Amino acid sequence: MTAPVLAGRGLTKDYGALRVLDGVDFEVGPAAAVGIVGPNGAGKTTLLGVLAGSVTPSAGRVFIDGDEVTGLRTELRCRRGVGRAFQVPRPFGGMTVLENVLVGASYGAGLSRSRLYARCVEVLELCGLLDVANRRAESLGLMHRKRLELARSLATGPRVLLLDEIGGGLTDAEAEDLVITVKQLVALGIGVVWIEHIVHILLKVVDRLVCMDAGRVIADGVPAEVLRKAVVIDAYLGRGAT
Amino acid sequence: MTTGRRVRRSSTASRVASGCVVVAALALCGMPYMVTANVVQQLTSLFIFLILAVMWNALAGYGGMVSVGQQAFIGAGAYGTIFLTQWGISPYPAVVLASVGSAVLAALLSPLVLRLRGGQFAVGTWVVAEVLALLVTFDHDLGGGTGVSLRGLNVYGPDLRRAYTYWITLAFALLLLALVFALLRHRTGAALQAIRDDEDAAASVGVRVRPLKALLFVLAGFGCGAAGALTLANTLFIQPQSIFGVQWTAYMIFMVLVGGLGTFEGPIVGAVLFFTVQYAFADAGAVYLIGLGLVAVAFALFLPRGLWGLFAGRAQIQLLPVGYRLEDSAS
Repeated sequence: MTAPVLAGRGLTKDYGALRVLDGVDFEVGPAAAVGIVGPNGAGKTTLLGVLAGSVTPSAGRVFIDGDEVTGLRTELRCRRGVGRAFQVPRPFGGMTVLENVLVGASYGAGLSRSRLYARCVEVLELCGLLDVANRRAESLGLMHRKRLELARSLATGPRVLLLDEIGGGLTDAEAEDLVITVKQLVALGIGVVWIEHIVHILLKVVDRLVCMDAGRVIADGVPAEVLRKAVVIDAYLGRGAT
Repeated sequence: MTTGRRVRRSSTASRVASGCVVVAALALCGMPYMVTANVVQQLTSLFIFLILAVMWNALAGYGGMVSVGQQAFIGAGAYGTIFLTQWGISPYPAVVLASVGSAVLAALLSPLVLRLRGGQFAVGTWVVAEVLALLVTFDHDLGGGTGVSLRGLNVYGPDLRRAYTYWITLAFALLLLALVFALLRHRTGAALQAIRDDEDAAASVGVRVRPLKALLFVLAGFGCGAAGALTLANTLFIQPQSIFGVQWTAYMIFMVLVGGLGTFEGPIVGAVLFFTVQYAFADAGAVYLIGLGLVAVAFALFLPRGLWGLFAGRAQIQLLPVGYRLEDSAS
């Protein structure tokens, strides 16, 4: 197995008396595709936040390429190759789609002008956004917003991409298109971590599945085996369903 | 590349417009030779309004920092000029130095006020302005609450003095327009707009938020300081209540909202419009101020991109090339 690009050890997050993340170990290498499932409140989004640097963990450490980055701010982790797409798309509404992507390519990937524009066009094409490139982001519908969220983080040149429910609310056909895009990213060597409630969509991409419940990882491994485990079925469908 | 598309920044319209801007700037330089001294003085106050509109638009329209306290820097620029002339520096260099001093003041204040977001930032900046006004009121060397005159400009005849003040004001206006233009042409402009729209998302794509906001805040401190110092040079007398007054913010909001928030051309339109309105209705007193407020509210509600936004949206043009467009290579 190749060395992990992004790793967390003993990650814990408390909000007052509430422990939302409880000693989670997690790692992802290049060209890996990891799915995270679990009921609402399991700590999935918090885990991504801690890995991306937007949430400060109460305990535990985060590493990029083996270097500790626990205290490093989001923007600097991004520049070291950790990209993130938010659960609810957060486009830069007053800017065009092209300009949204351009900010990521310029600051996140640090591209100079000579390569910047070509990279933007490449990312827009990969994410199917060429036709709306000159539209203001706030005028986009949900599918395009989700795609823009992906495109903008992709433009930062990530080696690991953290995707938070980017398929939520899409039709089946739209979600299928998204699967094809994400597969292309993995083929390009990017490690993808994808939180998604629509499990059958996730299974088309991931080669490893992590199930979380109450802030803990309760199963981690080959997707088919994880889904067969009794603890996973209990967490998802309620105890007694087996 | 197989797509046959490329990113462009300028268009025929923008190249023509940029040329017109240069010609217009040159023509404006010659104004004192063509019109009466009174008109020159009026034009000077127009350019001061223009500076203020451009600065407030840069802060709020591009940086998302809705300041209600830019009068802190207007006052600091004006009183800084008084202070420097009392130390024996001649007035025009004092105007320049006081503007730089206002930028330094903004840099010193930025760690404090930039911690605040949204409404807190707005109120915080206002508090800073009120505190500065009080400090000046207590200082008898600066004239206390009754105001103070600028001495040292009487070495020039009235016409020559007005012409000099006009030229230096025009120079400041052009410099600040050029600085904002350069900022928008540079990638910093795109990053600032990203911060305006969503700070956390901007950080998540690699933008360092705090230093860029500080940069814009310092630029606005410099520009507003210059506007204050030039107001003093134009009117020769200031009082703390008026130069630190919140009415400046009302004017700035009016000009930018009516002209077009977050557009380069909008504040220019807004400043010209406001100047005309001011000229026609200033004698109406309180009713005039209420009218200004109502118009600004109406624009915020029904035409959030202002007059310029309406025009540019209809005509599908942008006169100055500050954005990015994806076009077919053939075109």
